[in-house]
Amino acid sequence: MFCSFCGGETASGDHEHCRSRLSLIDPPRYCAECARRMVVQVDPMGWTARCSRHGERTSAEAAQR
Amino acid sequence: MTTASTDTATGTAGEPGDILAVAREQVLERGEGLSEAQVLEVLQLPAERLTEALALAHEVRVRWCGPDIEVEGIVSLKTGGCPEDCHFCSQSGLFDSPVRAAWLDKDRLVEAAKQTAKTGATEFCIVAAVRGPDEKLMEQIRVGVAAIRAEVDINVACSLGMLTQEQVDRLAAMGVHRYNHNLETARSHFPEVVTTHTWEERWETLQMVRAAGMEVCCGGIIGMGETLEQRAEFAVQLAELEPDEVPMNFLIPNPGTPFAHLDVPQGPDALMTIAAFRLAMPKTVLRFAGGRELTLGDLGAEQGMLGGVNAIIVGNYLTNLGRPAEQDLEMLETLKMPIKALNDTL
Ligand code: SF4
Ligand SMILES: [Zn+2]
Ligand SMILES: [Zn+2]
Repeated sequence: MFCSFCGGETASGDHEHCRSRLSLIDPPRYCAECARRMVVQVDPMGWTARCSRHGERTSAEAAQR
Repeated sequence: MTTASTDTATGTAGEPGDILAVAREQVLERGEGLSEAQVLEVLQLPAERLTEALALAHEVRVRWCGPDIEVEGIVSLKTGGCPEDCHFCSQSGLFDSPVRAAWLDKDRLVEAAKQTAKTGATEFCIVAAVRGPDEKLMEQIRVGVAAIRAEVDINVACSLGMLTQEQVDRLAAMGVHRYNHNLETARSHFPEVVTTHTWEERWETLQMVRAAGMEVCCGGIIGMGETLEQRAEFAVQLAELEPDEVPMNFLIPNPGTPFAHLDVPQGPDALMTIAAFRLAMPKTVLRFAGGRELTLGDLGAEQGMLGGVNAIIVGNYLTNLGRPAEQDLEMLETLKMPIKALNDTL
């Protein structure tokens, strides 16, 4: 698994700052499954993030988890 | 040179010549903004006078702007891949930033305007990460603005970089109500922030926008390594422009940008800056824009609303997320601050 903020492996390194940013002001930028940079569109009420390999995630889905 | 509001302990309440006493008479009573030297004095006040400075800035705001809060939403029509090198910006194509290029289609643009209008917002700003618009972008703006104006009750603003006179005229003819173009920082600090264009080029676009009858929205970002002297310089340079609106952003150190290593501005420093900018520009719409979530948190946002700010961006920003719009609307209700209605803006 990869960090959606920095793209590094979640198992190694410190991602506390990354988690904090993701919880406050950042949409995911890297695919958690393959660490590819995603195409992210932010709109006033949400975001969508698309990995060329693993498809699209949305803020609405993320909120349900 | 000083870089934080607590560095220099000047100013004692009640003493003759005290800057806040001077501001009370000059700004609150007469509506005349502070000079550069006076703004600097406010920025240098010791931290224990922050509450007093914010209270005065709030009084000034209510007296000269009225009780209403202007609510706005913004959306990125074209994200990333910008050829410019603004050192704070995650959308520059010149940096190793994780932000990839993206375009919003017309349907999502109109939907974003509808969602924004539902919050009670009177302004919806369409933003593109470009040096200036090309023909393709101008055409998308024409179609997008027409669709929004046909379907949504909201003023449309644009932020498309530097413009030619012909582009200014076309945007005005489309019915664009306000144009945003930030000077970003003091003229003396600009070369440390941007090297691919000049402060003066930005100034020229703003003058053309004003002459064409569109409202001028121009602000910047606090916390990009500028000194307090440069912050004061910036406040009076903005005041000289006499913009209809000044959006105040606080630096978000974004990965991959040259400013990634800078610290997030401290809350008290940011709040004193808000008060000082209000005292420099008593009659301007002063808007909370990006970075307030990191710099101020929930409590600091309320302090800012009670310290000179009279406008907010609700919902998300361009590449960063804001707190949910409902939370800001609840805050305004708690503070008993009415939202400006559309018929008051025309
Ligand atoms: S011109 Fe705008 S989008 Fe481009 S790098 Fe500068 S701030 Fe970012
Ligand atoms: Zn990380
Ligand atoms: Zn993937």
